[in-house]
Amino acid sequence: MNLVEIISKIDLDAEWFGLREYKENTTYHVIRDKNPLSNETSIDHGIMVEVLKNGQFGYCATSDLSLSGIQRAATTAQESALRASKYSVFSFESNVRPKSKGEYLTPLELPFDSLSAGEINDILMKANDWLLNDSRIMSVSAMAMLVETTINYACSNGSDIHQKINIVGSDYSATAKNGQIIQTRTDGRSGNQMGLERFNQDLVREKCNKVSSQVIELIEAEQCPTGEMSLVLAPDQMMLQIHESIGHPLEIDRILGDERNYAGWSFVQLEDFGKLQYGSDLMNVTFDPTISNEMASYGFDDGGFKASKEHLIKDGVLLRGLGALESQERSEVPAVANFRSCSWNRAPIDRMANLNLEAGDSSFEDIISSVEYGVYMETNRSWSIDDYRNKFQFGSEYGKLIENGKITKTLRDPNYRAITVPFWNSLSKVGDESTFEVHGTPNCGKGEPNQVIRVGHASPICLFDNIQVFGGA
Amino acid sequence: MKEYFFNISEKVINTLSNDEHLTISINGENSEFIRINNAKVRQIGTVADASMGMELIKNNRKVQISFTIQRDMEKDYKIIIDYLDTMRKNIVSLPEDPLCVLPENHGSLDEEYTGHLLNPKESVDALLPVMSGVDLIGIWASGDVFVGNTNSAGQKNWFSTETFSLDYSLINPLKKMVKETYAGTHWDQNDYESFINSSKEKLSMLNEKSRKIKPGSYRTYIASAGVSDLIDMFSWGGVSENSIRKGRSSFIKMRDEGKSLSPCFSLKEDFSSGTVPRFNSNGEISDIELPLIIDGALKNTLISTRTANEYNLSTNFASQGEYLRSPVMKEGLVEEQDILKELNTGVYLSNLHYLNWSDQLGGRVTGMTRYACFWVEDGEIISPIDDMRFDDTIYNFFGDKLESVTSKSRLNPSVGTYGGRNLGGVHCPGIILKSFELTL
Ligand SMILES: [Zn+2]
Repeated sequence: MNLVEIISKIDLDAEWFGLREYKENTTYHVIRDKNPLSNETSIDHGIMVEVLKNGQFGYCATSDLSLSGIQRAATTAQESALRASKYSVFSFESNVRPKSKGEYLTPLELPFDSLSAGEINDILMKANDWLLNDSRIMSVSAMAMLVETTINYACSNGSDIHQKINIVGSDYSATAKNGQIIQTRTDGRSGNQMGLERFNQDLVREKCNKVSSQVIELIEAEQCPTGEMSLVLAPDQMMLQIHESIGHPLEIDRILGDERNYAGWSFVQLEDFGKLQYGSDLMNVTFDPTISNEMASYGFDDGGFKASKEHLIKDGVLLRGLGALESQERSEVPAVANFRSCSWNRAPIDRMANLNLEAGDSSFEDIISSVEYGVYMETNRSWSIDDYRNKFQFGSEYGKLIENGKITKTLRDPNYRAITVPFWNSLSKVGDESTFEVHGTPNCGKGEPNQVIRVGHASPICLFDNIQVFGGA
Repeated sequence: MKEYFFNISEKVINTLSNDEHLTISINGENSEFIRINNAKVRQIGTVADASMGMELIKNNRKVQISFTIQRDMEKDYKIIIDYLDTMRKNIVSLPEDPLCVLPENHGSLDEEYTGHLLNPKESVDALLPVMSGVDLIGIWASGDVFVGNTNSAGQKNWFSTETFSLDYSLINPLKKMVKETYAGTHWDQNDYESFINSSKEKLSMLNEKSRKIKPGSYRTYIASAGVSDLIDMFSWGGVSENSIRKGRSSFIKMRDEGKSLSPCFSLKEDFSSGTVPRFNSNGEISDIELPLIIDGALKNTLISTRTANEYNLSTNFASQGEYLRSPVMKEGLVEEQDILKELNTGVYLSNLHYLNWSDQLGGRVTGMTRYACFWVEDGEIISPIDDMRFDDTIYNFFGDKLESVTSKSRLNPSVGTYGGRNLGGVHCPGIILKSFELTL
């Protein structure tokens, strides 16, 4: 279907209207304990019509893709907007939906049809064998996720955007038991924009070997100690740390109160931009939709705003938030292109996309050797933070004790808790490019009605001083 | 939609060969959503969404597909037949699944609940005016939700309902908040307006300056809404038989180490309220009641037919994820008006927020207090408190430290809309704890 042509045929009395066609194919292959658990594809396909009438947006989401169906949806959206316009939170103009044309394509080496469903199952079955290399391992699982998203966007102002995004995720996990101690180690359930090169056998085997040997380390390991100490976080724990304690509190719609009934408000206030010393001067955070293999890269957001890299925090000072053009009008904080929706059936709101901590200049050895006593943590497993994004408690799958500048032993059930701004101000070393990794998760929940969306977080290894660390129950 | 679904399914099932087994499902909704901030409209719109799923089993191999339908019989039938052909092509290359569950005819259910909902043309004017004068944030959702499935063995299930909910918070200038949900099936404008007005009165109780309390152990009352969040944790590495067997459950201590919960704690699955379908995605129909924990002892877990096949057990037709679908916790003896007196001195928590296992195998949960939470002395509310983090185990708060349970159970409706509007909720009373660990 050609959206530009449909736009020309829609009859509507409105300041602006737009169509966003969203088609997404998601396939999950899972083999658990050598039995195929899932070979499931879901195809989500529909159109959202958005209409601006009397300064109020209204939407109507439909899977009826005929011209008459889209015309009906447009009329319904216009009527909703009109009725709501006497109670609008803010009266918008059409400048929050700029005219844009362009396209975005995920660069990939091996296209999605380069491996059949059967071939992917073969690799996952082998992965089960590689994971099951010790009699104390009680359960293993291997997962492949393939997502192909096509977004076409056109509106009455002449915008015409085409984006096609390919995401591949994987996980290899093992659970082992030693007496009453049971531990699970995973490969982090991460994902990237890429092709099926992710399922290169040597790569998969290497990942499985690491998971299965580390889960055995964990069931033989000591409990993580309790106390105030140095904390070193690997990039796959930093992912969650950045997400919860930088990303969510900087979302401008949260600061404006839209989320207060659900995810919550924010300790950050509009007057903090340009002033707040969010973290130590080693802290540089960017909104960066341009890293080619990161999960939430794109060319344009769902309001047609062209995406570009922007510093949110520079040398520890908060400069800019995560708010798109609607939020810019409401807050006067300069926008980034983060107006995103999870599908055709949800309206876009301010979201994270790729939110990254820029690399510093310390090597892994520099960081470890500078620690007198502390814990190194890899791979997030537990996360909880309050509705203002202050008091958090996070846990990891895998810990290492650091004593007198050296890693000495493996620790199980490592956790830590802190308060956001003092925590980031205790950032005392930031890893260099050699420690920098690009991760992503498909599971960020927000919004009413609820939306789960994919985000990318890239980070080096980081050292934090004097953090409350503790172990399991 | 029911007729559409059963007609199209029958046509598809008629195309199967003898060695092909097929389950077809549908779920969808027609919803109006209004997002409210500061008692004004932030976003408004409607969603008509429906998808069908097919699970094909052939020669012990299984493949699944689900897809959005256009609700046009001719177009959808063509797409379904295309997808079925793709499944037939893919299935031969897949490994055998010795645990796959062949469709059976377990008998059929047909439940249609009709409501009396606000016409979307009237909703804005019906909802907004009474909110004036207070900072109200929330989400209005209204419309019908339907679920059905049928299979090649002849089973046919249908469930549809018409519901509305306004899930909202009120907030005062001190940033103290009251949380409420006004939900139902039959709209009554006067009842709605008095409900909102009574929330406004509750908010006025939060005008005292709040006090900071130190981390430590406190006598604690947790109201029904908070208890329902704690019970929800059982659906995530708790009561699932599969998660127990695979070493990923907080209930392993009950199964393997002889631990139990408090004699005051009993929990069952109970479908008698009719708020959720009694059939799962395989079309299997659960008993009306399944006791899970009785007087603190683990009696049953949730067992899907697949798990039953894997471990040689009897199925209780749990959902594939073995999560709670219609949990009901048993009431206790403390009357509502005696809660403060029984608590005496300690903290009163109306709601909890953002729960997660901090040590799943140990049964330890962390989360935050949220909304109307108070410091209580000698049976009287002294002041609101600042939000605190808790970190404590189910073996404490539903176990040794559970002193008593209130006599009034409430339905905490599921108002979540990930993927689609949720149904049902958690029925539970409040709890009084001898101590509860607040950590930050
Ligand atoms: Zn998130």
